[in-house]
Amino acid sequence: MRLNGLRKCMWLLLILPGAFFVTVFMLIPLFSILISTFFSESTFTLDNYTRLIRSTYFQQVFGRSVRLSLLSTLLCACLGFPCAYYISRYSRRKGLMMALAVFPMFTSPVIRSFSWMVILGRKGIVNQFLVGIGLFSRPQSLLYNEFSMTVGFVQLFLPQMILSLLGVMDSIPEDLTEAAGSLGATRFVAFLRIVFPLSVSGLVTGAVLVFTGCMTAYTTPQLLGATDTQVLSTMVYQYAMSLRDWVQASAVAMVMIVVTMLISGIFNRLSRKINPMAA
Amino acid sequence: MKGKHHIALGLITFLVYVFLIGPLLIIMAASFGEQNALVFPGKGFTLKWYMQVFQMSSFIRAAQLSIEIAFAATAIALLFGVPAAYAINRYRFPGKNMVKTLFLSPVLIPCIVLGFIMLRYVVSQWNLAVIPSLLIGHTLLSVPYVMRVVTSSLANFDFAMEEAAGSLGASRGYAFFHIVLPNIKSGIASACVMAVINSFNNVSLSTFLTAPGVSMLPIEIMGYVEYHFDPTIAALATVMMLVTLGVMLLIEKTLGLQTVV
Repeated sequence: MRLNGLRKCMWLLLILPGAFFVTVFMLIPLFSILISTFFSESTFTLDNYTRLIRSTYFQQVFGRSVRLSLLSTLLCACLGFPCAYYISRYSRRKGLMMALAVFPMFTSPVIRSFSWMVILGRKGIVNQFLVGIGLFSRPQSLLYNEFSMTVGFVQLFLPQMILSLLGVMDSIPEDLTEAAGSLGATRFVAFLRIVFPLSVSGLVTGAVLVFTGCMTAYTTPQLLGATDTQVLSTMVYQYAMSLRDWVQASAVAMVMIVVTMLISGIFNRLSRKINPMAA
Repeated sequence: MKGKHHIALGLITFLVYVFLIGPLLIIMAASFGEQNALVFPGKGFTLKWYMQVFQMSSFIRAAQLSIEIAFAATAIALLFGVPAAYAINRYRFPGKNMVKTLFLSPVLIPCIVLGFIMLRYVVSQWNLAVIPSLLIGHTLLSVPYVMRVVTSSLANFDFAMEEAAGSLGASRGYAFFHIVLPNIKSGIASACVMAVINSFNNVSLSTFLTAPGVSMLPIEIMGYVEYHFDPTIAALATVMMLVTLGVMLLIEKTLGLQTVV
């Protein structure tokens, strides 16, 4: 009888340690932070958020985060799509191309940001080239601004976009485009009417990965940005580590969580609507 | 007509790959330059920066800590994740989806926020030391990988095999270790690879958890490049990239890269 009861509760015993761990070390602290942002000296208040939203500094930082993330997502989509299409349709070395996309993904983001510090620096190869062709008379500062941050973001997250697009494009049968061709569609029309709609789910998956990645990335804005180009993640760090303002850091953290979840939710719903395969 | 598309697309792809890989190759090349400042193209050829990297005790210590934390956190995540994934696939119980979401949830929370709550609660309020806090944080990072990969490998496992072993007299434990586990071992291996790499490269969480003499390798590198701009870091980066290449070759030979990404 006792053994039978134990067997019935087996699942509970198996999930309990992990569930306990995640609850204690993540969920409870997360809820504590959430609640702490709504109270000031044990009275309920929205002050922490209204103060945040009213501050022009936060507005700038928030705007910059969203703007750079959207721009990087767009760039990744525009660069990743032709790449993935070429690799899935024409490349004879698909495995190698995939490995070359995975390699930077496995490389530390610190190293990847650092490489742009070398390339875009005053003595870097880009400045040498631009001065060499006479575009600039003196080396220009290409680092520590929104440009270098965007370059860093795109290079950081482009592999994810390529790989998620490859995942769906590889599953589109070649016969479909050939059939369209034999029915009189030009290659461009076949691409527009068949390949593109079937790839949208991969595009959306990739876009969510890139967007949330950019919104929450810390290394790239820290190394390639400056104090006047802060984003949400560097703001959380600054409030927590330099200013030791737990409450404001918590409020910014909450904004970050809500925005990333909201955006990926919208994107995912969009993809379900557009994608003909999902229905 | 077909040829032109092909060439234009090929050219775009080539340029994109130059953008992705080129900067890493430049770092590798710059690590052999003789000048004290980090420039590319550099002059001469020297290995002195590599000698220097291996003499810098702060990097060696940080690398050791990073490796230890990555492996220990992944091992703990396996202990939490594999039984839970097994329960989710094997048993029927209420709230199954919620349990799965709970185990996947750390990946939904931005790492920088995880790091912040580690600092605010685990270190500042519960007074845990930095190293156990790092271990807890990195375990949180690894649990979702284990849950995702192991549940999907168990979805392809036929539990009738386990029952057959049971009806032939095997105990539940014996059946699990001799029938279930060998069938999902490649899933577990790829979860481990991803979790270890992810933990080793993590910055956003570890950046909150440092103490005098205790910091993870990426944080140590970030601190160094803020003040120094010499080829030492290029040499260290090259060593790390060679290790990455080695790991990728190993994955390709054993599991196949496709299974990991």
